[in-house]
Amino acid sequence: MEFSVEGLACRRGELRVLEGVGFTLTPGEAVILRGPNGAGKTTLLRCLAGLTPPLEGKMSFSPDDVAYAGHLDGLKAQLTGAENLRFWAAIYGSDQIDTAVAQFDLEGLLDRQAQHMSAGQKRRLALARLMLTGRKIWALDEPTVSLDTQNVARFARCVESHLATGGSAIIATHIDLGLPNARVLDVGPFKASAASDQLDPFLEDMI
Amino acid sequence: MIALLRRDLILAIRAGGGFGLGLAFFLILVVLVPFGVGPSQAMLAAIAPGILWIGALLSCLLSLDRIFQLDYEDGTLDILATSPMPLEALATIKALAHWITTGLPLTLTAPFLGILLNLPWEANIWLIASLALGTPALSALGTFGAALTVGLKRGGLLISLLVLPLYVPTLIFGAETVRRGAEGLPATTPLMLLAGITAGTLAILPFATAAALRANLR
Repeated sequence: MEFSVEGLACRRGELRVLEGVGFTLTPGEAVILRGPNGAGKTTLLRCLAGLTPPLEGKMSFSPDDVAYAGHLDGLKAQLTGAENLRFWAAIYGSDQIDTAVAQFDLEGLLDRQAQHMSAGQKRRLALARLMLTGRKIWALDEPTVSLDTQNVARFARCVESHLATGGSAIIATHIDLGLPNARVLDVGPFKASAASDQLDPFLEDMI
Repeated sequence: MIALLRRDLILAIRAGGGFGLGLAFFLILVVLVPFGVGPSQAMLAAIAPGILWIGALLSCLLSLDRIFQLDYEDGTLDILATSPMPLEALATIKALAHWITTGLPLTLTAPFLGILLNLPWEANIWLIASLALGTPALSALGTFGAALTVGLKRGGLLISLLVLPLYVPTLIFGAETVRRGAEGLPATTPLMLLAGITAGTLAILPFATAAALRANLR
Protein backbone atom coordinates (compact mmCIF):
# COMPACT_ATOMS: atom_id res chain seq x y z
CA MET A 1 0.00 0.00 0.00
CA GLU A 2 1.27 3.40 -0.90
CA PHE A 3 1.18 6.27 1.57
CA SER A 4 0.67 9.78 0.34
CA VAL A 5 0.55 13.29 1.71
CA GLU A 6 -1.21 16.09 -0.14
CA GLY A 7 -1.24 19.84 0.34
CA LEU A 8 -0.28 19.58 3.98
CA ALA A 9 0.11 22.79 6.00
CA CYS A 10 1.77 22.46 9.39
CA ARG A 11 2.28 24.82 12.26
CA ARG A 12 4.66 25.15 15.11
CA GLY A 13 3.05 26.88 18.07
CA GLU A 14 1.08 29.73 16.51
CA LEU A 15 3.37 30.02 13.51
CA ARG A 16 2.45 28.55 10.13
CA VAL A 17 5.70 26.95 9.03
CA LEU A 18 4.98 24.73 6.03
CA GLU A 19 2.32 24.64 3.38
CA GLY A 20 1.58 22.64 0.26
CA VAL A 21 3.69 19.68 1.36
CA GLY A 22 3.05 16.66 -0.85
CA PHE A 23 4.88 13.41 -1.43
CA THR A 24 4.25 9.71 -1.77
CA LEU A 25 5.89 6.91 0.10
CA THR A 26 5.95 3.42 -1.34
CA PRO A 27 6.63 0.43 0.89
CA GLY A 28 10.31 -0.31 1.07
CA GLU A 29 11.26 3.28 0.39
CA ALA A 30 12.84 5.92 2.58
CA VAL A 31 12.44 9.66 2.22
CA ILE A 32 15.30 11.78 3.49
CA LEU A 33 14.19 15.25 4.59
CA ARG A 34 16.70 17.95 3.86
CA GLY A 35 16.64 21.64 4.54
CA PRO A 36 18.50 24.28 6.54
CA ASN A 37 17.91 24.67 10.28
CA GLY A 38 14.46 26.02 10.94
CA ALA A 39 13.09 24.89 7.58
CA GLY A 40 10.37 22.85 9.26
CA LYS A 41 11.68 19.27 9.23
CA THR A 42 10.77 18.63 12.84
CA THR A 43 7.42 20.37 12.38
CA LEU A 44 6.58 18.12 9.43
CA LEU A 45 7.56 14.96 11.31
CA ARG A 46 5.51 15.93 14.39
CA CYS A 47 2.58 16.63 12.11
CA LEU A 48 2.88 13.24 10.40
CA ALA A 49 3.07 11.54 13.79
CA GLY A 50 -0.17 13.22 14.84
CA LEU A 51 1.33 15.37 17.59
CA THR A 52 0.26 18.55 15.80
CA PRO A 53 -2.91 18.30 13.73
CA PRO A 54 -2.35 19.65 10.21
CA LEU A 55 -3.93 23.00 9.35
CA GLU A 56 -4.81 21.90 5.83
CA GLY A 57 -4.33 18.98 3.52
CA LYS A 58 -4.68 15.29 3.97
CA MET A 59 -2.64 12.21 4.72
CA SER A 60 -3.61 8.79 3.39
CA PHE A 61 -2.47 7.11 6.60
CA SER A 62 -3.43 7.46 10.21
CA PRO A 63 -0.95 8.72 12.82
CA ASP A 64 -1.31 5.25 14.35
CA ASP A 65 0.78 3.90 11.45
CA VAL A 66 3.66 6.17 12.39
CA ALA A 67 6.41 5.51 14.91
CA TYR A 68 7.95 8.82 15.94
CA ALA A 69 11.42 9.36 17.37
CA GLY A 70 12.36 12.94 18.13
CA HIS A 71 15.39 14.76 19.48
CA LEU A 72 14.74 13.48 22.97
CA ASP A 73 15.40 9.86 23.79
CA GLY A 74 12.29 9.21 25.87
CA LEU A 75 14.22 7.18 28.43
CA LYS A 76 13.71 7.22 32.17
CA ALA A 77 17.00 8.00 33.88
CA GLN A 78 16.25 5.89 36.96
CA LEU A 79 15.25 2.79 35.00
CA THR A 80 17.71 0.29 33.57
CA GLY A 81 18.01 -0.39 29.85
CA ALA A 82 15.98 -3.56 30.16
CA GLU A 83 13.24 -1.84 32.19
CA ASN A 84 13.00 0.95 29.65
CA LEU A 85 12.69 -1.52 26.76
CA ARG A 86 10.20 -3.73 28.61
CA PHE A 87 8.05 -0.71 29.34
CA TRP A 88 7.86 0.30 25.69
CA ALA A 89 7.34 -3.30 24.61
CA ALA A 90 4.35 -3.51 26.97
CA ILE A 91 2.94 -0.23 25.67
CA TYR A 92 3.18 -1.40 22.06
CA GLY A 93 2.33 -5.02 22.85
CA SER A 94 5.55 -6.25 21.27
CA ASP A 95 7.69 -9.35 21.86
CA GLN A 96 10.63 -8.15 19.77
CA ILE A 97 12.91 -7.06 22.63
CA ASP A 98 15.56 -9.69 21.87
CA THR A 99 15.72 -8.69 18.21
CA ALA A 100 16.05 -5.04 19.13
CA VAL A 101 18.76 -5.78 21.70
CA ALA A 102 20.73 -7.80 19.15
CA GLN A 103 20.33 -5.20 16.41
CA PHE A 104 21.74 -2.36 18.48
CA ASP A 105 24.17 -4.43 20.56
CA LEU A 106 22.52 -3.44 23.84
CA GLU A 107 23.39 -6.59 25.80
CA GLY A 108 25.83 -4.75 28.06
CA LEU A 109 23.43 -1.91 28.80
CA LEU A 110 20.44 -3.91 30.00
CA ASP A 111 21.35 -3.78 33.69
CA ARG A 112 22.62 -0.23 33.71
CA GLN A 113 20.42 2.72 34.66
CA ALA A 114 19.92 5.16 31.80
CA GLN A 115 21.38 8.02 33.87
CA HIS A 116 24.76 6.24 33.78
CA MET A 117 24.81 5.80 30.01
CA SER A 118 26.59 7.98 27.47
CA ALA A 119 24.58 10.04 24.99
CA GLY A 120 25.30 7.57 22.19
CA GLN A 121 24.26 4.59 24.31
CA LYS A 122 21.00 6.29 25.22
CA ARG A 123 20.37 7.07 21.59
CA ARG A 124 20.83 3.41 20.65
CA LEU A 125 18.35 2.42 23.30
CA ALA A 126 15.91 5.03 21.99
CA LEU A 127 16.28 3.74 18.42
CA ALA A 128 15.78 0.16 19.56
CA ARG A 129 12.32 1.26 20.69
CA LEU A 130 11.36 1.74 17.03
CA MET A 131 11.67 -1.97 16.45
CA LEU A 132 9.16 -2.57 19.26
CA THR A 133 6.48 -0.35 17.77
CA GLY A 134 5.62 -2.69 14.90
CA ARG A 135 4.51 0.32 12.86
CA LYS A 136 4.83 0.74 9.10
CA ILE A 137 6.19 4.25 8.87
CA TRP A 138 9.13 5.46 10.90
CA ALA A 139 9.30 9.24 11.30
CA LEU A 140 12.79 9.96 12.61
CA ASP A 141 14.19 13.33 13.60
CA GLU A 142 17.99 13.43 13.46
CA PRO A 143 18.29 9.80 14.55
CA THR A 144 22.08 9.64 14.23
CA VAL A 145 22.92 12.46 16.64
CA SER A 146 25.72 11.34 19.01
CA LEU A 147 26.14 7.95 17.28
CA ASP A 148 29.65 6.88 16.21
CA THR A 149 30.28 5.63 12.65
CA GLN A 150 29.93 1.98 13.62
CA ASN A 151 26.54 2.60 15.21
CA VAL A 152 25.40 4.79 12.33
CA ALA A 153 26.05 1.76 10.10
CA ARG A 154 24.18 -0.42 12.58
CA PHE A 155 21.25 1.97 12.49
CA ALA A 156 21.32 2.08 8.67
CA ARG A 157 21.13 -1.73 8.58
CA CYS A 158 18.18 -1.59 10.96
CA VAL A 159 16.35 0.85 8.67
CA GLU A 160 17.22 -1.31 5.66
CA SER A 161 15.71 -4.40 7.24
CA HIS A 162 12.63 -2.38 8.17
CA LEU A 163 12.32 -1.29 4.52
CA ALA A 164 12.94 -4.83 3.33
CA THR A 165 9.89 -6.03 5.26
CA GLY A 166 7.67 -3.51 3.50
CA GLY A 167 8.03 -0.61 5.91
CA SER A 168 8.76 3.00 5.05
CA ALA A 169 10.78 5.70 6.71
CA ILE A 170 10.88 9.47 6.71
CA ILE A 171 14.19 10.60 8.12
CA ALA A 172 15.41 14.12 8.77
CA THR A 173 19.17 13.92 8.72
CA HIS A 174 22.18 15.89 7.52
CA ILE A 175 24.45 12.89 6.95
CA ASP A 176 24.42 10.25 4.25
CA LEU A 177 23.08 6.99 5.64
CA GLY A 178 23.93 5.06 2.47
CA LEU A 179 20.42 3.67 2.12
CA PRO A 180 19.93 2.14 -1.33
CA ASN A 181 16.26 2.96 -1.61
CA ALA A 182 16.26 6.56 -0.47
CA ARG A 183 14.84 9.68 -2.06
CA VAL A 184 15.72 13.18 -0.94
CA LEU A 185 12.93 15.64 -0.23
CA ASP A 186 13.94 19.26 0.21
CA VAL A 187 11.63 21.00 2.69
CA GLY A 188 12.77 24.47 1.58
CA PRO A 189 10.21 25.03 -1.23
CA PHE A 190 7.30 24.31 1.14
CA LYS A 191 8.07 27.22 3.45
CA ALA A 192 4.89 29.09 4.31
CA SER A 193 4.69 32.57 2.79
CA ALA A 194 5.16 35.42 5.25
CA ALA A 195 1.67 36.78 4.56
CA SER A 196 0.01 33.75 6.07
CA ASP A 197 2.19 33.72 9.18
CA GLN A 198 -0.57 34.92 11.45
CA LEU A 199 -2.93 32.11 12.34
CA ASP A 200 -5.43 33.47 14.72
CA PRO A 201 -8.07 35.84 13.30
CA PHE A 202 -8.88 36.93 16.85
CA LEU A 203 -5.28 37.97 17.42
CA GLU A 204 -5.22 39.75 14.07
CA ASP A 205 -8.25 41.78 15.10
CA MET A 206 -6.58 42.66 18.38
CA ILE A 207 -3.55 44.06 16.58
CA MET B 1 -1.70 0.56 31.03
CA ILE B 2 -0.58 -1.65 33.89
CA ALA B 3 2.96 -1.21 32.58
CA LEU B 4 2.64 2.57 32.84
CA LEU B 5 1.27 2.36 36.38
CA ARG B 6 4.07 0.00 37.38
CA ARG B 7 6.68 2.24 35.81
CA ASP B 8 5.33 5.34 37.58
CA LEU B 9 5.29 3.57 40.94
CA ILE B 10 8.85 2.26 40.45
CA LEU B 11 10.02 5.74 39.48
CA ALA B 12 8.32 7.20 42.55
CA ILE B 13 10.16 4.81 44.86
CA ARG B 14 13.62 5.08 43.25
CA ALA B 15 16.02 7.88 44.12
CA GLY B 16 14.63 11.33 43.40
CA GLY B 17 11.15 10.00 42.80
CA GLY B 18 9.49 12.10 45.44
CA PHE B 19 7.58 9.31 47.15
CA GLY B 20 7.04 10.24 50.78
CA LEU B 21 7.48 13.95 50.15
CA GLY B 22 3.79 14.64 50.67
CA LEU B 23 3.66 12.33 53.65
CA ALA B 24 6.65 14.04 55.30
CA PHE B 25 5.07 17.44 54.73
CA PHE B 26 1.79 16.23 56.25
CA LEU B 27 3.64 14.89 59.29
CA ILE B 28 5.61 18.12 59.78
CA LEU B 29 2.50 20.27 59.51
CA VAL B 30 0.53 18.21 62.02
CA VAL B 31 3.44 18.06 64.46
CA LEU B 32 4.00 21.81 64.27
CA VAL B 33 0.38 22.92 64.69
CA PRO B 34 0.19 22.16 68.46
CA PHE B 35 3.35 24.22 68.96
CA GLY B 36 1.84 27.06 67.02
CA VAL B 37 -1.62 27.23 68.56
CA GLY B 38 -0.73 26.15 72.08
CA PRO B 39 -1.43 23.01 74.09
CA SER B 40 -5.12 23.57 74.86
CA GLN B 41 -6.70 20.19 74.18
CA ALA B 42 -10.18 21.56 73.54
CA MET B 43 -8.82 24.05 71.00
CA LEU B 44 -6.80 21.35 69.20
CA ALA B 45 -9.75 18.99 69.02
CA ALA B 46 -11.85 21.79 67.56
CA ILE B 47 -9.41 22.61 64.75
CA ALA B 48 -8.16 19.07 64.12
CA PRO B 49 -10.58 18.17 61.27
CA GLY B 50 -9.73 21.34 59.36
CA ILE B 51 -5.97 21.04 59.92
CA LEU B 52 -5.89 17.38 58.88
CA TRP B 53 -7.81 18.09 55.70
CA ILE B 54 -5.81 21.21 54.80
CA GLY B 55 -2.63 19.26 55.43
CA ALA B 56 -3.75 16.44 53.15
CA LEU B 57 -4.70 18.93 50.46
CA LEU B 58 -1.41 20.84 50.59
CA SER B 59 0.69 17.69 50.54
CA CYS B 60 -1.22 16.54 47.46
CA LEU B 61 -0.35 19.84 45.84
CA LEU B 62 3.38 19.40 46.48
CA SER B 63 3.96 16.66 43.96
CA LEU B 64 1.59 17.78 41.22
CA ASP B 65 4.12 19.46 38.96
CA ARG B 66 6.02 16.17 38.62
CA ILE B 67 3.06 14.28 37.14
CA PHE B 68 3.70 15.22 33.51
CA GLN B 69 6.70 17.55 33.65
CA LEU B 70 9.36 14.83 33.96
CA ASP B 71 7.86 12.82 31.10
CA TYR B 72 7.65 15.99 29.04
CA GLU B 73 11.26 16.96 29.61
CA ASP B 74 12.76 13.62 28.58
CA GLY B 75 10.50 13.15 25.54
CA THR B 76 8.49 10.27 26.97
CA LEU B 77 5.26 12.23 26.80
CA ASP B 78 5.59 12.77 23.03
CA ILE B 79 6.10 9.06 22.52
CA LEU B 80 3.25 8.13 24.85
CA ALA B 81 0.99 10.53 22.97
CA THR B 82 1.80 8.75 19.70
CA SER B 83 1.53 5.27 21.25
CA PRO B 84 -1.56 3.05 21.00
CA MET B 85 -2.65 4.14 24.46
CA PRO B 86 -5.37 6.84 24.41
CA LEU B 87 -4.46 10.05 26.24
CA GLU B 88 -7.58 9.61 28.39
CA ALA B 89 -6.14 6.34 29.69
CA LEU B 90 -2.80 8.05 30.24
CA ALA B 91 -4.54 10.75 32.29
CA THR B 92 -6.41 8.17 34.38
CA ILE B 93 -3.29 6.12 35.08
CA LYS B 94 -1.28 9.21 35.98
CA ALA B 95 -3.97 10.31 38.44
CA LEU B 96 -4.13 6.79 39.89
CA ALA B 97 -0.35 6.64 40.31
CA HIS B 98 -0.41 10.05 42.01
CA TRP B 99 -3.15 8.89 44.35
CA ILE B 100 -1.31 5.68 45.27
CA THR B 101 1.84 7.64 46.09
CA THR B 102 0.16 10.51 47.99
CA GLY B 103 -3.54 10.09 48.74
CA LEU B 104 -3.40 6.50 49.90
CA PRO B 105 -0.50 6.92 52.38
CA LEU B 106 -2.16 10.08 53.72
CA THR B 107 -5.42 8.22 54.29
CA LEU B 108 -3.67 5.40 56.12
CA THR B 109 -1.51 7.61 58.37
CA ALA B 110 -4.04 10.35 59.14
CA PRO B 111 -5.64 8.52 62.14
CA PHE B 112 -2.25 8.32 63.87
CA LEU B 113 -1.59 11.98 63.26
CA GLY B 114 -5.08 12.72 64.53
CA ILE B 115 -3.86 11.63 67.97
CA LEU B 116 -1.34 14.49 67.95
CA LEU B 117 -4.20 16.91 67.40
CA ASN B 118 -6.41 15.31 70.04
CA LEU B 119 -8.98 14.29 67.46
CA PRO B 120 -11.70 12.26 69.24
CA TRP B 121 -11.18 8.56 68.60
CA GLU B 122 -14.67 8.00 67.22
CA ALA B 123 -14.00 10.58 64.47
CA ASN B 124 -11.28 8.40 62.96
CA ILE B 125 -13.65 6.26 60.98
CA TRP B 126 -15.01 9.45 59.38
CA LEU B 127 -11.51 10.78 58.81
CA ILE B 128 -10.46 7.63 56.97
CA ALA B 129 -13.70 7.47 55.01
CA SER B 130 -13.59 11.13 53.97
CA LEU B 131 -9.91 10.98 52.96
CA ALA B 132 -10.41 7.71 51.08
CA LEU B 133 -13.35 9.18 49.18
CA GLY B 134 -11.96 12.70 48.79
CA THR B 135 -8.28 12.31 47.89
CA PRO B 136 -8.95 10.63 44.49
CA ALA B 137 -10.68 13.86 43.46
CA LEU B 138 -7.60 15.82 44.59
CA SER B 139 -5.38 13.64 42.39
CA ALA B 140 -7.69 13.85 39.37
CA LEU B 141 -8.01 17.65 39.64
CA GLY B 142 -4.29 17.97 40.19
CA THR B 143 -3.53 15.88 37.11
CA PHE B 144 -5.70 18.24 35.12
CA GLY B 145 -3.79 21.24 36.48
CA ALA B 146 -0.50 19.52 35.66
CA ALA B 147 -1.67 18.88 32.09
CA LEU B 148 -2.61 22.54 31.65
CA THR B 149 0.87 23.70 32.64
CA VAL B 150 2.91 20.89 31.13
CA GLY B 151 4.94 22.99 28.70
CA LEU B 152 5.93 25.60 31.24
CA LYS B 153 9.23 25.59 33.02
CA ARG B 154 8.71 25.67 36.79
CA GLY B 155 4.94 25.73 36.45
CA GLY B 156 4.43 24.76 40.10
CA LEU B 157 3.10 28.11 41.22
CA LEU B 158 0.65 28.28 38.34
CA ILE B 159 -0.61 24.76 39.06
CA SER B 160 -1.30 25.76 42.67
CA LEU B 161 -3.23 28.84 41.60
CA LEU B 162 -5.24 26.89 39.04
CA VAL B 163 -5.99 23.90 41.20
CA LEU B 164 -6.59 25.35 44.67
CA PRO B 165 -9.99 26.88 43.84
CA LEU B 166 -11.06 23.53 42.42
CA TYR B 167 -10.05 21.85 45.68
CA VAL B 168 -12.36 24.02 47.79
CA PRO B 169 -15.57 21.90 47.54
CA THR B 170 -13.65 18.74 48.43
CA LEU B 171 -12.06 20.52 51.39
CA ILE B 172 -15.39 21.88 52.66
CA PHE B 173 -17.24 18.59 52.60
CA GLY B 174 -14.23 16.52 53.71
CA ALA B 175 -13.53 18.66 56.76
CA GLU B 176 -17.25 18.95 57.52
CA THR B 177 -17.59 15.16 57.56
CA VAL B 178 -14.79 14.84 60.11
CA ARG B 179 -16.06 17.75 62.22
CA ARG B 180 -19.53 16.22 62.47
CA GLY B 181 -18.01 12.83 63.21
CA ALA B 182 -15.91 14.36 65.99
CA GLU B 183 -18.94 16.02 67.58
CA GLY B 184 -21.02 12.88 67.36
CA LEU B 185 -23.43 14.33 64.80
CA PRO B 186 -24.66 12.35 61.78
CA ALA B 187 -21.99 12.83 59.09
CA THR B 188 -23.36 10.81 56.21
CA THR B 189 -24.71 13.79 54.25
CA PRO B 190 -21.39 15.65 53.73
CA LEU B 191 -19.71 12.29 53.10
CA MET B 192 -22.20 11.49 50.34
CA LEU B 193 -21.71 14.92 48.80
CA LEU B 194 -17.96 14.38 48.95
CA ALA B 195 -18.33 11.04 47.22
CA GLY B 196 -20.52 12.71 44.61
CA ILE B 197 -17.87 15.35 43.89
CA THR B 198 -15.24 12.64 43.54
CA ALA B 199 -17.40 10.50 41.26
CA GLY B 200 -18.16 13.47 39.02
CA THR B 201 -14.53 14.53 38.95
CA LEU B 202 -13.29 11.06 38.06
CA ALA B 203 -15.86 10.81 35.26
CA ILE B 204 -15.09 14.16 33.61
CA LEU B 205 -11.51 15.13 34.37
CA PRO B 206 -9.61 12.46 32.36
CA PHE B 207 -11.19 13.86 29.19
CA ALA B 208 -10.32 17.44 30.15
CA THR B 209 -6.79 16.34 31.03
CA ALA B 210 -6.36 14.60 27.67
CA ALA B 211 -7.64 17.69 25.83
CA ALA B 212 -5.21 19.90 27.74
CA LEU B 213 -2.32 17.56 26.93
CA ARG B 214 -3.23 17.56 23.24
CA ALA B 215 -3.24 21.35 23.16
CA ASN B 216 0.05 21.59 25.00
CA LEU B 217 1.95 19.08 22.87
CA ARG B 218 1.32 21.03 19.67
